[in-house]
Amino acid sequence: MLAFMGDILSNGPLYESTFRLAAVLAFAAVGEWVAERAGTINISVEAMLLGGHFGAAIAYTESTNFALAIAVGAIVGMLVASLQGYLSHYLSADQFGIGLTLNILLLGVAAFLQPKFDLSTKLANVVEIPLLSDIPKIGPALFAQRWPMYLIYVLIPVIWWLVMRTSWGLEIRAVGEDPQAADVSGINVNARRRQAILIAGLTSGIGGAVYLFGQVGRFESSNIGGKGIIALAAVIFGGWTLRGAVAGCLLFGYVDALRLNLPNILGYSLNSQLLASLPFLATIIVMLIFAKHTRQPRALAQPFIRGLK
Amino acid sequence: MTTSKGVLTRLKLTRDQVELLGLYVLCVVLALAISALLIEFNGSSWTRAVEAIFDGAFQSKGRWGETLRRMAPLLIVAVGSIVATRAGIVNIGQEGQLLVGTTGAAFVLTKIQPGNPAMLIVGLIVGAIVGAVWAGIAGWLYYWRKIPIVLSTLLLVYLSSQIASYTLTRRQLLLNVVPGEPNRLLLSDVTAPKSRLGIIEIFGNKFPLSVPIALLIAVVAAWVLTRTVWGFRLKMLGMNPRTARRAGVSETRYGMAAILVSGAAAGLAGSMMLAGGESQYKFSSGFASNAGWDGLLVALVARNNPIAAIPVALVFAGLRSASTFLSVAGIEGVLVDVVRALLVVALFIPPAISELRRKRRALANLTERT
Repeated sequence: MLAFMGDILSNGPLYESTFRLAAVLAFAAVGEWVAERAGTINISVEAMLLGGHFGAAIAYTESTNFALAIAVGAIVGMLVASLQGYLSHYLSADQFGIGLTLNILLLGVAAFLQPKFDLSTKLANVVEIPLLSDIPKIGPALFAQRWPMYLIYVLIPVIWWLVMRTSWGLEIRAVGEDPQAADVSGINVNARRRQAILIAGLTSGIGGAVYLFGQVGRFESSNIGGKGIIALAAVIFGGWTLRGAVAGCLLFGYVDALRLNLPNILGYSLNSQLLASLPFLATIIVMLIFAKHTRQPRALAQPFIRGLK
Repeated sequence: MTTSKGVLTRLKLTRDQVELLGLYVLCVVLALAISALLIEFNGSSWTRAVEAIFDGAFQSKGRWGETLRRMAPLLIVAVGSIVATRAGIVNIGQEGQLLVGTTGAAFVLTKIQPGNPAMLIVGLIVGAIVGAVWAGIAGWLYYWRKIPIVLSTLLLVYLSSQIASYTLTRRQLLLNVVPGEPNRLLLSDVTAPKSRLGIIEIFGNKFPLSVPIALLIAVVAAWVLTRTVWGFRLKMLGMNPRTARRAGVSETRYGMAAILVSGAAAGLAGSMMLAGGESQYKFSSGFASNAGWDGLLVALVARNNPIAAIPVALVFAGLRSASTFLSVAGIEGVLVDVVRALLVVALFIPPAISELRRKRRALANLTERT
């Protein structure tokens, strides 16, 4: 048993895939965190990831330019986000219904359009950051990755600064806590919420693209398969703080990596259904153990229509 | 102008209702236009697609029965989720509850006393109970640990498909191995012939007994929700939990009951699909094929009114039964998913706009007076 634990702790590939999988979750979770701070439980984060994934695949096939493809992925993510935002925070339709429909719509559109394009994508280059990547174990995992992965290091502090240190961010948080008060003080509540969802679309779109170029290399419409939902869980697990959400992503990324690497470490294959359900099972169990009565944004999932209540 | 005004006054439609109707027509036409563009982009002709949809949904011989057969599970799932929504609970894991419930029912219907017709009842009850328990997990997670139901029900959907496929890899559970045949598709045995739902035939349209049962469930649910104390308490809990608590409505008890009912409905819907002949009475891991999602969307489009859910479910079922005809016409079945999702988005918009306008008018009146 001890040897087994040792194997897990000393397994380099495990650390590396933990980081890669956690990074993808983190892209989605960072945006989702902004959306939730503004008061939306944004289920369509799944659709945004898939949109970014697919958009990037098409753009790369046409242009063979990674940066452009990632930008297109971000734009597609934001398109999905604008649909979600406009429908749920302009027309005040049910946000869960819209999110669910968008998830189904994007899966359908991707499956429908995929044969029309002769998609050919590949992984981006590995860029090792000198010195830092020489740290044993953690170094290669964090600093010797395919370069799109490094975007997460930029994104997290930028988003944190935006939400916690700018007046726009203060308004975002105000809108999620008490929309009536925010409205009275002159903030356009639904506009702020739409913008927060757009941020979610941006980061998730990038996340979908990065997943394509940093981890899988080839588009499949089943690739995303619940990653958005786990990112959603990470935000809630983190008690609506950014560092908590990132910690959640690392934890869930680790479980996902374990799923991929466990057969190699153990030397025999486990039941495939058990492995496939591991991330979701672990998410539920982790939430069960750690869910404290954290204070959620008070107006979470409540639509705002001026003059009511 | 005068004639149309005359018609309107005779129909006694208010301005709001006319507006709503117009918006519905506009949005649906827009959604269909986008779908038509997609089909043209795909290199097929949209007129053929429309023909195929109408043929598949009801024009061809016996298709009405097919559409009705597919309506039943959607309607039952929708009624269940309406009950949950009334209590202010957002259960969006019907797809998983349906699949797990059906897994339970499939076990009873294929393995236990195949000759006994009473097993049909047992199977349906087991299906409903398993579905309820699966949804109950989410409820328990919420009331014990405050894990949002939206999240846990979604996570449970992903787990449920793994559970279903697991049961289909074990022969003592559900897997049926046909000797001499490469068993790539993991399928269960056919359900026992004695424990299947009766088939009704009207003018060459065959549909199982689940159709009248579903209609009955919708009517009963409408009555319970609007005419009983239990329904009133659910509504109170959904509209204002604080008031409900003050009035002595236990949040846990009524909330839990609502979740269990919605899960049971999903499980029952799946079991009736199986007992009513879906995929030749055989269970597979893809058995649910979005029936849970569709049922939920029916509930949302029907604005949580069980009676309104009946026609909406019929439209959705029509699209589902048309999808086979579309593939025959050379249009991918995936397209139906796209069209349906577009249609749902289109159906969400009008009530939202009209509500918004109504409230703005009310607000304008209010500010005028003060």
